[in-house]
Amino acid sequence: MADPIERIRTAINSDKIVIFMKGNRSFPQCGFSAATVEVFEELGAPYSTIDVLADQEVRDAVKTYSNWPTIPQVFINGKFVGGCDIVRELHSSGELQTLVRAALGESAHQ
Amino acid sequence: MEAQEIKEMIERGLPGALVEVRDFTGGGDHFEALVVSESFEGKGLVERHQAVYGALGDAMKARIHALTLKVMTPNQYQNRR
Repeated sequence: MADPIERIRTAINSDKIVIFMKGNRSFPQCGFSAATVEVFEELGAPYSTIDVLADQEVRDAVKTYSNWPTIPQVFINGKFVGGCDIVRELHSSGELQTLVRAALGESAHQ
Repeated sequence: MEAQEIKEMIERGLPGALVEVRDFTGGGDHFEALVVSESFEGKGLVERHQAVYGALGDAMKARIHALTLKVMTPNQYQNRR
């Protein structure tokens, strides 16, 4: 299997919105992961998830990759956006909607 | 881990910051913190959180399971009140 950093790079560039979380969207294994998924459900935005509990290498590597010590982690258009607190804050300020719309809009033009 | 210990670590890492830390489950591993620092001026949320995480170093990896963060500049803090 490819180097974990390489796998992360591939994952975050394969979908517009990618969430590294504990568990999956149907069965989040942590309240912060659940809250993060909830935000994107509310926005009705398509996103993919990666369960770090199923892959210890990726769990460690994503923390190094983004210089961020906790899970969940959200990437939009391949760029690290933040964890649960930031996503919720950006959601309540309306900035997240703008980010998401821009990201999805770009894909529509491709 | 005590809330006070986390508060002191953040204050050491970000001199002059206003720091409030609360253990919100009482279990010593889930905390929430408010950090108000001039050093956040001109920085995005990711950078601000990274500065706080940096101050906590290895404690963030091992002893703190979760830390809910609110980060503000003194200006933002004043306008909030």
